Amino acid sequence: MSALPFTPAESALIRADFPILTRTVRGDRPLVYLDSGATSHKPRQVLDAERHFYEHLNAAVHRGAHQLSEEGTDAYEDARHTVARFIGAQDDEIVFTRNATEAINLVAYAFSNGAAGGGGGTGERFRLGPGDEVLVTEMEHHANLVPWQEVCRRTGATLRWVPVTPAGRLDLSSLDGLLTERTKVFAFTHASNVLGTVNPVRELAARAHAVGALVVLDACQSVPHLPVDVTELGVDLLAFSGHKMLGPLGVGVLWGRAEILDEMPVFLTGGSMIEMVTMEASTYAPVPQKFEAGVPVAAQAVGLAAACDYLTALGMDRVHAHELMLVRRLLDGLAQRPWIRVIGPTDLQDRGSVVAFVVDGVHPHDVGQVLDGQGIAVRVGHHCAWPLHRALGVTATTRASFAAYNTAAEVDSLLVALDGVPAVFGLDVAS
Amino acid sequence: MDLYQQLILDHSKERHGSGLREPFDAQVHHVNPTCGDEVTLRVHVADGVVQDVSYDAQGCSISVASASVMHDEVTGYSIDQALATYEAMRAMLTSRGRDAGDEEVIGDGVAFAGVAKYPARVKCALLGWSAFTDGLVRAGIDITPRADAPSPVAASAVGSDPPTDDKDA
Repeated sequence: MSALPFTPAESALIRADFPILTRTVRGDRPLVYLDSGATSHKPRQVLDAERHFYEHLNAAVHRGAHQLSEEGTDAYEDARHTVARFIGAQDDEIVFTRNATEAINLVAYAFSNGAAGGGGGTGERFRLGPGDEVLVTEMEHHANLVPWQEVCRRTGATLRWVPVTPAGRLDLSSLDGLLTERTKVFAFTHASNVLGTVNPVRELAARAHAVGALVVLDACQSVPHLPVDVTELGVDLLAFSGHKMLGPLGVGVLWGRAEILDEMPVFLTGGSMIEMVTMEASTYAPVPQKFEAGVPVAAQAVGLAAACDYLTALGMDRVHAHELMLVRRLLDGLAQRPWIRVIGPTDLQDRGSVVAFVVDGVHPHDVGQVLDGQGIAVRVGHHCAWPLHRALGVTATTRASFAAYNTAAEVDSLLVALDGVPAVFGLDVAS
Repeated sequence: MDLYQQLILDHSKERHGSGLREPFDAQVHHVNPTCGDEVTLRVHVADGVVQDVSYDAQGCSISVASASVMHDEVTGYSIDQALATYEAMRAMLTSRGRDAGDEEVIGDGVAFAGVAKYPARVKCALLGWSAFTDGLVRAGIDITPRADAPSPVAASAVGSDPPTDDKDA
């Protein structure tokens, strides 16, 4: 049950797989990269897989009858199989998109198109209109908020949201009043990209299903960091991006239960996704192809599959244990510095691998700049979760986020560098 | 580090001209969408002179210090002078470090020369200034650089974006 963090020897081997970790920044300083929540680095295995595709298999997949097209198509479909297995899904439940944002927009536009009676879908549940409600939460990344604002604007449905407690958890006491028979879709994040909070997905999904709502999960901060099995979560649709999980930029994934995808209206239309086309009208291919318009992102999908293989070899339970060890070390260190306030849960219960905080009297932008001067890369700002920051009464935060290649020594470097921040701005925090 | 000159730190702590005041001709609200920093700014102009710039700024040391310096460098000056200062400030900040800034023109603004080497921070330093020029526009001032303006930046702006009067003609 209890997996162990990577040993120093294992960590050294992992780090050796990531070429970028050997570069220096801001002079000759070693790079301390604590911004994997924004985008992760890529191991050589992923870079090699993508390169191999271009050097040996490059073709427009699912088109043409030549050998390259056949082999390229096989590589693409093998990648789909690998990604499916990584999250416990069936192959034809995996839709490759350009990123997670596109995956969520795909679902939001399915509701839009359903409301307009288009998109070839048959599902009544995608017919959104006035009187219907879309439920999100206050801790969503803009990518799982703005598309729903837009779909409500287009269809006349009403957007509602679950508030967040000051401690950085969802305020579930309000859920009964928010989840009603009017709720057509409940879209929420698995793990907050700011707070690190891991939400009780199974419970939320069950309560949403009890009122007949469709459940859409933003898994961008969970699939890369903890074991995720879609058959255990109870959700209907789930989105994540490749580049946050050691994979390439330019590929994301929408997973959906087969029967849901089957009745869901299409989003992007054009080549690849059709069954038959006349000048007057068209019919659409079966899933997943009906959601993959245009020449597929095959090389990127192959790279993502290599990332899945890499993470599987590490063991997602160990990746999670390792990152939690780093989170604990950072939280413990921050707790010893009363002039730093953690934004989000300060315990490890249901926690992901991001830690956001504010330094008394110093704006996060300035904190990040001083850390950058020491070669430490963190994220500063509202992390595309502006309403969450507003709800918690902060303009912005500094965020450290981890991946399998980070080490305890890097956490210590961050803590030491933070100790130097107040003095730069003439503040005395000596206890 | 070279970015945080003492002048910047001083201005970020003691913000000159901070607070919203009456009278004013226009009020604007500008945000930096990447970090959520914001400034509410009022301009009061009369007789071709910037009589007052008052503001309420929330943000990093660079953005609030820049607003403070801006207050000093435009208040009491003619609109033409204030716009020339803005152009000089902007030219320095977007120069990637090639333009060290002219203290004769931008005063304490030269302390921000180091910001130009950090592209992610240029927006911070320009936030207040952008609000100021927008405030002038909303106050009905034509801020379009004249064709005989000395700055090459201003000259190219005229070329690509003709004055409104010409469009109407």
